[in-house]
Amino acid sequence: MTADLVRLEGVHTHIGQYHILQGVDLVVPEGELTVLLGRNGAGKTTCLRTIMGLWQPSAGRLTWRGREIGGWATPDIARLGIAYVPESMGIFADLTVAENMVLAARAGRPDPRRLDWIFGFFPALRKFWDFPAGVLSGGQKQMLSIARAVIEPRDLILVDEPTKGIAPAIIEAMIGAFRELKRGGTTILLVEQNFRFAASLGDGVAVMDDGRIVHAGRMADLAADAALQTRLLGLSLDQHQ
Amino acid sequence: MISLLSGDRPRSAVLSVILLAILVVLAAAPFAFPGAQALNTAAKICVFVILVASYDLLIGYAGIVSFAHTMFYGIGGYGVGLALYGWGATWVSVFGGLALALGLGIVLALAIGLFSLRVRAIFFAMITLAVASAFAILASQLSGFTGGEDGRSFRVPPELRPAFKLFEEPVLGLDITGKVLTYYILFATALALFLLALRVVNSPFGSVLKAIRENDFRTEALGYRTVVFRTKVNCLAAAMAVVAGGLNALWLRYTGPDTTLSFAIMLDILLMVVIGGMGTLYGAVIGATLFIVAQNYLQKLMAVGAAATEGIPLVPHLIHPDRWLLWLGILFVASVYFFPTGIVGRFRKAGPH
Repeated sequence: MTADLVRLEGVHTHIGQYHILQGVDLVVPEGELTVLLGRNGAGKTTCLRTIMGLWQPSAGRLTWRGREIGGWATPDIARLGIAYVPESMGIFADLTVAENMVLAARAGRPDPRRLDWIFGFFPALRKFWDFPAGVLSGGQKQMLSIARAVIEPRDLILVDEPTKGIAPAIIEAMIGAFRELKRGGTTILLVEQNFRFAASLGDGVAVMDDGRIVHAGRMADLAADAALQTRLLGLSLDQHQ
Repeated sequence: MISLLSGDRPRSAVLSVILLAILVVLAAAPFAFPGAQALNTAAKICVFVILVASYDLLIGYAGIVSFAHTMFYGIGGYGVGLALYGWGATWVSVFGGLALALGLGIVLALAIGLFSLRVRAIFFAMITLAVASAFAILASQLSGFTGGEDGRSFRVPPELRPAFKLFEEPVLGLDITGKVLTYYILFATALALFLLALRVVNSPFGSVLKAIRENDFRTEALGYRTVVFRTKVNCLAAAMAVVAGGLNALWLRYTGPDTTLSFAIMLDILLMVVIGGMGTLYGAVIGATLFIVAQNYLQKLMAVGAAATEGIPLVPHLIHPDRWLLWLGILFVASVYFFPTGIVGRFRKAGPH
């Protein structure tokens, strides 16, 4: 039985006048890759941003290893060992690839062995090391964004739709990187619309709709149950496969 | 050489030549140009290189818009000036006044930073504007202490006076007077502080500043408390402006609201940063040099031009020396139009850094 790393209990989040999260109950077990599925606008990104402290929960409990972290400032949450790969990639275009990576390595200079490990998955980063990140292609920016999140060992990585608009070859490299991270004991919470990608990686799965979790279970069970998929995910996800 | 520049090369042959020429001319100014106006211009360039570079740390690197930079410049000027005026013309007054000014400047920058860097950029700009205006009014109202609108003239330590001679014999045909010594103090400090600023922006601290400028939230998501970094750079820039103000007072042997606290100086600094190229530091050198040379010599150049074109209709009227401010304005509009990323941005090639 694995321990819960992050737990959301009845979490509500408001963005301005909009009530986005309407009582989310979600458990992210340590050492697993949990996939968060759901149609556009279901509240998946808000869920990640709420964990990261970028939006403050208006009600409910948000805990990290049993400790309440709701209301904490984002930098303090990041320092717990959480990295965030936002959907918009979140890289710094004016800074070089090297500066982007060094910035993410808070402990000082990045470990060369870990860098080599990252370059193994994403060789383009070595090639463009001294270039401003703004000149990278969309896929390369996504590589940088993920590489930055794993430059140092983290306890939890929040990843928001990494495959959106990305070439299949890069998606393959991503699958390899996530598998290796999982093997190394990193917990990952992945928001994804590409069901095949999600099913190939996920241990646990939660499905969101209208700001609530409507299904939580094992990914293997969902992947094997076509009727459940259709009921939970409808046709919209099939288009993304 | 590259390590002195903290690995931040100008990255353009044209820029390297321009920067090297400015460095050589400033270093040799007392020998090359014996006239008082030329040396005054060179000294002003040295002071403004510090002032503009420190402002670039704020606006160009951290994306902080502050209108209080001349306040810190004024604190330096008044600190050194009033100490020399009140305590006598000694080195103790110079360093004591500078130390007090640095203390006050840093405490004020810290207070403004902690109270207002959490708010949106526009509010921070407004707060700095209010504090700077209040300080300028205070300086002119406390006339018994500051000399009010008239300011204070004072004597500098004997070694810095024009009558002082370092050597009996002239060196390369020039008497090394106290004035020349003062100039070299300005020059050496400007060079040292500029190299220090280069070191800062090329350090991990500098990368965080650039990241904050680009996206505050993303930087926070990496675990950086952005308000701490903003406050630190605010204090550093303030300290550099204080030193620039102190040096300016030493050079002018006068301190008053018009030479330090005036809002016109704030606008000049902004123009110099924009013309030179924001977020490049080298832009501060080029912007300050171009601006101050134009300010000092455009009128003369126009007088020569007007005399030469006498007899041609209209032209001498257009370039009459009285209209120099118009042409200065046109020059700036043109430079911002043609070099939207500043002169340095225009010449720097895209590619690996």
